[in-house]
Amino acid sequence: MEFDYKNPEPIVFTNLKVPGAHTLTKYRSQGGYETARRVLAEMTPAQVIDEVKNSGLRGRGGAGFSTGMKWSFIPKDNPNPKYLICNADESEPGTFKDRDLLRYDPHSLLEGMMIACFAIGSHQGYIYVRGEMGTEIKILRAAVEDAYKENILGKNALGTGYDLDLHVYRGAGAYICGEETALIESLEGKRGHPRNKPPFPAVVGFNKSPTIVNNVETLAAVPYIMKNGAAGYRKFGTEKSPGTKLFSVCGHIQRPGVYEVPMGISFKRFLYETCGGPLPGREFKAFIPGGSSVPVITREEGEDDACTMDYEGFAKVGTMLGSGGAIIYDNTVCIVRALEILARFYAHESCGQCTPCREGTGWLNRVLHRIENGEGHPDEIDLILDIANNIDGETICPLGDAAAWPVQSAVKRFRAEFEHHVIHRCCLPGTVKY
Amino acid sequence: MSLSEETLSKIKAEQSKYPDKLSALLPALWWAQEEWSWFSTERMDYLASVLDISKIRVYEAVTFYTMYNRKPVGKYHFQVCHNIACSIMGAEHIIEYMKKKLGVGEGEVTPDGYFSISRVECLASCGTAPMLQLNDRYYENLNEERIDYLLEELRHDRIPESLS
Repeated sequence: MEFDYKNPEPIVFTNLKVPGAHTLTKYRSQGGYETARRVLAEMTPAQVIDEVKNSGLRGRGGAGFSTGMKWSFIPKDNPNPKYLICNADESEPGTFKDRDLLRYDPHSLLEGMMIACFAIGSHQGYIYVRGEMGTEIKILRAAVEDAYKENILGKNALGTGYDLDLHVYRGAGAYICGEETALIESLEGKRGHPRNKPPFPAVVGFNKSPTIVNNVETLAAVPYIMKNGAAGYRKFGTEKSPGTKLFSVCGHIQRPGVYEVPMGISFKRFLYETCGGPLPGREFKAFIPGGSSVPVITREEGEDDACTMDYEGFAKVGTMLGSGGAIIYDNTVCIVRALEILARFYAHESCGQCTPCREGTGWLNRVLHRIENGEGHPDEIDLILDIANNIDGETICPLGDAAAWPVQSAVKRFRAEFEHHVIHRCCLPGTVKY
Repeated sequence: MSLSEETLSKIKAEQSKYPDKLSALLPALWWAQEEWSWFSTERMDYLASVLDISKIRVYEAVTFYTMYNRKPVGKYHFQVCHNIACSIMGAEHIIEYMKKKLGVGEGEVTPDGYFSISRVECLASCGTAPMLQLNDRYYENLNEERIDYLLEELRHDRIPESLS
């Protein structure tokens, strides 16, 4: 199936382009909730898990773990209630695709959650939405309310005999609550401090009970998979990265926005043909393809044929698909200034539990601030690498790694720009003081 | 100092929706903030007694989550994103412009109590940068002209649907 770079057609998330699809009337008129009804009435949970496993759907929040396999980790013999939590805490810089699903296609999420709940034996789901998304929370709450009114949710959901409750929970401003165990802590009414794993949430999660946390996009893809089958989903994408992905593109590019693409297409063609290329009179300089936490790559690496838009393609050029939040830098960006902004972000968001992260992100923030402002010392380039290397892999949760990778990758690929800052005490000529 | 009957009954009802009543803390803080606007120690202590939880739990939450206010904010509270995509699209200029127009510094409230401004991290609206959150909604694709229009509307207590 040849991908039309100039005019991409939506595949799984068709409702993003259908006006009114966020309303229950429109959603049902297109056959919405028929798949959930059929699954809950006619299939077994094991069959659902198998289908999702075979589809190859991987967590679309950033970790990329096999969704079907994650669901299968729920222990069969555990007497506690099971919980499904939708992670709608979208806070990874550069990522804004879940927001579109929440406001334009909330019922796909709800239907996906119903199927997921059934698969893991859960009768209670929560949607944890970041507190800042007031508009989206209103739309989501209205969608849930409408679903209850028509007995899609509640006792004997859709007349299938399965009881199912979904509840919207509002976060209150904390990037770390996008980490699944921190999210669970927050849902329990506490500070978002990540937990050590193991035990994994599937065994000990919300209120010590078996819990599955899935990203919005992951769950919203489930109705399509159950309707068209694993084979239908695998028609798109690659062997190791089946299906499609929503990429949110931002920064210095002609047409920023949310795009659904089959996995495996050319990143270069996508940037130039689908997104229109650089802004007038500018040239691309660097890309962060999967949200600010993944390594930054040079223009050459991103435009290489090996750089395809899937988990393996981005890994080949030394970065990651991550959340699919693509941030585009052109030649006006000072790499040191950009890194300073990210370092400030991670220092602000560190929960403070782990010494390497709490202290290390603070150091990175302060040292990078001085380097960017012409007060850096040549020794401090290796210093920030040393700090990053001592955070990477040494923390309870991936926020430490997320703070380290931008530093390691920026210094590795743009070392001369850092050296210019410590020798000449200013940014490269031609860059803008953003 | 207390909360309205309506808020108190919403909080009581919320507690029964979770396996452990502590989960109702974040929802309770949201409802309380709608009434109080910000949390003093006394208000946090009162809320702890309403929820029948220890005071430290309330302090923990209010000091951890950025959206619970610990000091007064304006009737119209601007939270401008200064993270990476917004910055490279001009967020710093927007912040300085707004501070100049409002005659107020970050974390301060204008004398008439109408406006306050603060910097925040990524709001998941990077494709329409630079942007800000005003109370419960976003305004995107900001420039000086749109800021001028927004401020003028808000001075007359009109909340525009969009700035274009």
